[in-house]
Amino acid sequence: MAEAPFGLLAELTHRCPLQCGYCSNPVELVRRNAELDTESWRRVFDQARSLGALQIHLSGGEPLLRPDLPELVTHANSLGCYVNLVTSGVGLSRDRLRDLASHGVDHVQLSLQDATREGNDRIAGIKAFDRKVEAAAYIRDEGLPLTVNTVLHRQNLDNIAGIIAMAEEMGAERLELANTQYYGWALRNRAVLLPTREQLAVADPIVAAAQERLRGRMEIVYVIADYHEAHPKPCMYGWGVRQLTVAPNGDVLPCPAATVISSLEIENVRDSSLHEIWHNSPSFNAFRGFEWMKDPCRSCPRKEIDFGGCRCQAFQLTGDAANTDPVCSLSPSRSTVDLILETEMTPAEVPAMAMRKMT
Amino acid sequence: MTSVIALDAVPHIRRGVKCAYDQIRSAHVVLFPEGVLVLNETAASVVSLCDGARSVGDIALVLGDEYDGVEPEDVVELVARLVERRVVDVDG
Repeated sequence: MAEAPFGLLAELTHRCPLQCGYCSNPVELVRRNAELDTESWRRVFDQARSLGALQIHLSGGEPLLRPDLPELVTHANSLGCYVNLVTSGVGLSRDRLRDLASHGVDHVQLSLQDATREGNDRIAGIKAFDRKVEAAAYIRDEGLPLTVNTVLHRQNLDNIAGIIAMAEEMGAERLELANTQYYGWALRNRAVLLPTREQLAVADPIVAAAQERLRGRMEIVYVIADYHEAHPKPCMYGWGVRQLTVAPNGDVLPCPAATVISSLEIENVRDSSLHEIWHNSPSFNAFRGFEWMKDPCRSCPRKEIDFGGCRCQAFQLTGDAANTDPVCSLSPSRSTVDLILETEMTPAEVPAMAMRKMT
Repeated sequence: MTSVIALDAVPHIRRGVKCAYDQIRSAHVVLFPEGVLVLNETAASVVSLCDGARSVGDIALVLGDEYDGVEPEDVVELVARLVERRVVDVDG
């Protein structure tokens, strides 16, 4: 039997005031009328806790758009879970934050698109910068721990020092600097987002120096730009190992991007329990352990470190989710990634960003 | 990199960190932003004694009474690991 998961990522809604062109939500966004109702989410939380989940990440889209958010926070808290609110900060007034804290939010993750108002609002597609600065102050005043999340790409990587300074100023205890991972929206916008080698060569030591300087005060988590690396990321620390995602419509996913693997049969909480899905579904068992691997992964000692990389990336770039993640230098498809880098890092003509929106 | 913790340092649980007992795993756990630690019995005792009043030396004395063979160095090492995981902070 598989080990129990530690966390549930609850995507309460795909609705969002922001339109970031690298959104981790799928391109096919779930509409409001297809969202799970309050009672169903409570049942999902109950099932996640009895399955073993100890952290509930209330995310989206923008979870503040759910009027039942306080009730859901109360319920997650009553189960003894660590309640993490993942928000854009847009719609987070001082009263709203205070109310959510009183219902049992333990920690807030606030997105920041860039270090400047102009840069932030261009990427977000709306005027959000000032709201974020205010939200950070409310969170700090309430005494809640704050993580600032910034997705890195060609358009903001040169401002990395400013982003770090901004997170410090906001009073963050953690800063997640995650280079864009190319699924869904980000895949569509890859030629706008893919950073150059020169940008990364400048940014990497700035991050390393800040990690050293801020040790003990602000933890900086740095997620690598995997196309530029020789080895893949240890995606999700293995498939169906630590966390599960429930999408707004109740679809249960081994990773937030898993809908890109079109061959995967996705289960739904309306038809089956989380316990049944986690332990027995074909989707969660598809890439568990090492048996599914082909070479070069199967005979590679690194399989214990990176689990063959990312299944979604293998599917998107090679057509088979069981292949080695093609960013790996040992993958027979590495040339595909090299070609993408050559043609899209500095495209002759930079396309316009496709902004995230419901179609 | 583990920093050295002095015996007179006073550890406390960091803001935003929750200590709980998980019936599913039958173990004490520490919950913090983006992380969960499942504690063994000794670690759970150390965490419960990180109250912002006792020093690392005091904790070692309490544990020495409770368990055989707990040395102050073991407690120092455990507290250092908890500091590294950002579960506890030390004053002094």
